[in-house]
Amino acid sequence: MRQTLLSAMIAGIFLPLPLLAAESADLAAIRSQIAEMKQAYEQRIAALESKLAAAERQTTPAVAPAGPAAAEPAAPRSERGSSRASAFNPEVSLILQGQYTQMKNVAGRGITGFWPAAGHSHGGNEVEAANRRGFNVDHSELVLSANIDPNWRGQAILAMRDREVEVEEAWFQSLGLGSGFGLKGGRFRSGIGYLNEQHPHMWDFAGAPLMYSALFGEHGSYVQDGVQAKWLAPTPFFLEFGAESGRGAGFPGSERNRNGAGSGAVFAHIGNDFGDSHSWRAGLSYLKTATRQRLAEVHDANDVHGEAGLNAGSQTWIADFVWKWAPDGNPKYRNFKLQGEYFSRSENGDIGCAAEVSGSGEACSGTRDSYRRRQNGWYLQAVYQFTPNWRAGLRHEQLAANSARIGTLAAAELGSENALFKDFTPKRSSAMIDYSWSEFSRVRLQYAQDKSMQGLTDHQWTLQYIMSLGAHGAHKF
Amino acid sequence: MKKSFFLFVSSLLATLAHADLAVFATVPEWGALASEIGGGKAKVYTATTARQDPHRIEARPSLLAQARRAQLVVATGADLEIGWLPLVLRDAGNAAIQPGQPGYFEAAQQVRLLDVPTVLDRAHGDVHAAGNPHLHLDPRNLLAVGDALSRRMAELDAANATVYQQNWQKFRARWQAAISRWEAQAAPLKGLPVLEHHTSYAYLAHWLGLRIVGALEPKPGVEPSSSHLSGLLQRQQGAQAAKLILRTAYQAEGPSQWLAAKAGIPALQLPYTVGGTAEAGDLFGLFDDSVQRLLKAL
Repeated sequence: MRQTLLSAMIAGIFLPLPLLAAESADLAAIRSQIAEMKQAYEQRIAALESKLAAAERQTTPAVAPAGPAAAEPAAPRSERGSSRASAFNPEVSLILQGQYTQMKNVAGRGITGFWPAAGHSHGGNEVEAANRRGFNVDHSELVLSANIDPNWRGQAILAMRDREVEVEEAWFQSLGLGSGFGLKGGRFRSGIGYLNEQHPHMWDFAGAPLMYSALFGEHGSYVQDGVQAKWLAPTPFFLEFGAESGRGAGFPGSERNRNGAGSGAVFAHIGNDFGDSHSWRAGLSYLKTATRQRLAEVHDANDVHGEAGLNAGSQTWIADFVWKWAPDGNPKYRNFKLQGEYFSRSENGDIGCAAEVSGSGEACSGTRDSYRRRQNGWYLQAVYQFTPNWRAGLRHEQLAANSARIGTLAAAELGSENALFKDFTPKRSSAMIDYSWSEFSRVRLQYAQDKSMQGLTDHQWTLQYIMSLGAHGAHKF
Repeated sequence: MKKSFFLFVSSLLATLAHADLAVFATVPEWGALASEIGGGKAKVYTATTARQDPHRIEARPSLLAQARRAQLVVATGADLEIGWLPLVLRDAGNAAIQPGQPGYFEAAQQVRLLDVPTVLDRAHGDVHAAGNPHLHLDPRNLLAVGDALSRRMAELDAANATVYQQNWQKFRARWQAAISRWEAQAAPLKGLPVLEHHTSYAYLAHWLGLRIVGALEPKPGVEPSSSHLSGLLQRQQGAQAAKLILRTAYQAEGPSQWLAAKAGIPALQLPYTVGGTAEAGDLFGLFDDSVQRLLKAL
């Protein structure tokens, strides 16, 4: 095709000449010239084509170590038409997540017997997020990630809400340390527990388990601003150890503006397969942090409202396991997941009143006395995917608030009737069913019977959508 | 006591020491190919079986443990393993197998892919930007992949380089003879119109001259719907009528059997990869059985 076009062009240029020069000898000479040129061009084209073919074959390294040509995944091939600079743009994905919620209107919604995690309200006049009913575009995330260079990978997750963008995660991760070591730095979801590292769009139920809300507040996860080191043992089964050191500003800790680490965590994970169909992972984690002037509203003996302030060290143990089953290990059509976690948290420190409500007349004496408390809880959930599109799941969760042991001096001033310090057993049971058109879109209906607040049974209905656009990375096990 | 402890430690050390080239193959076909080349010198771990959809594997803890110990990862590429392999590679703490290192090998880089999409839009389903990744079902592609893989294995394990090259040359000669045999046997299949469950058989069709007239999945990765199947059934009246419906071991048999019964044509499960049927015990068995099953259904 190319050759005929070329010769036609050449002929087009030269044809008028022979017409002018009427001599047949000239004509013959010109013809032979054209033929020569044509042949020369054809040879050059053939040479170029063979060169091109050779170059294409050479995407494989011959003998030399895999250079960038072989290393680079299929991207260059597919992006032939696009601009080269944009080929290095990070992978972008956007998670659209929102819901319709129907439940009771409870001001100051929380978990009875558990210290409310402050610092999570978004905007002044807005309804507190935990008590938002009706339609609600609650959680959309923008995820940017890419390899930085051969040694590092980076990822940022921005959570978008009205009038607010929150840096949910922003970290870099090592790629090439080797010997099983991995290093992560920046802001990241801590590796403690099982659910903690998972983003809300990966959750099997709308909303975090009570356990996670009680432990870490509204977002239901513990986020570190710090560093994480992990080591994967060279064993035939999965055995991983990790340690983290961070700022410790997040609940149950608090902003303390100090040198050194404000929180530390260690964890160990173990896991393996049973045959083709079963796989499991179990873990044990420990988190140590501290809080200064953690506030909560209390009523004193004369029913005067005031605020209690806690200074305490907080230590949390979490045990977790997950077991997944799929026939022949092919989860596409049917699979089952059972997961559960248990925590035990102890907080020891001192407590006193921090401030009284203005105008009450009562003075805050500044007396502080001891505060000791051990709380625990668990959840167990099962999710069954029974067709490629449908899944159904059940979850039960229960906490033990256990009474706080408060020194008599502080107890006298803070009052002894506060539900915050009392023993209570918050419970919640949920059932959900969800439908996925593809792995990128899902809609979920959930019912929960919530008895996490004393004297209240809340029937909560949630209709939720989760849509992911763009380059959606792999999910953790 | 002391003796049993010593035994324990020595057995532990034996498992830790990499006496052989440790190969982590993502799918059975590359595991089989690496075993052919490696002979007794390579220890090959295959991450998935023929009964598992390679698109839908989870980054299981056991895979992390194996990737941690691997010296060479052999993957298909072209985004086939995108749902799990990047995560396994990143979390394995193994510098040698990262993309860009000699310890990371992609088959899709060695051959020209079919069905490269011109439009990248998820409205077209789970499209692979680089092209159709089921490339091993054209046995000629295995020549290019095996050639590059044998050189890579020789490079990583120089002590056994000659063994790998010899094994590969022997395999290559047998394979070329087998290709001629299969092509001769499969001559009657030329032009045969077939339906496939997913776009798994593009390369097999390209090689044998089968004519793929449609897929049971309305879009790649989207499960067959009754309306789409009815549409296919209606098309059976026209000139595009298929004579066979093909599926793999990991795909549900319901849709193809429904359509087969309605249209009065056979639904055929092909091995798709090594281990997909009892007969497909190795790479030769895979194509022997595929060709035999196709001929029998004719």
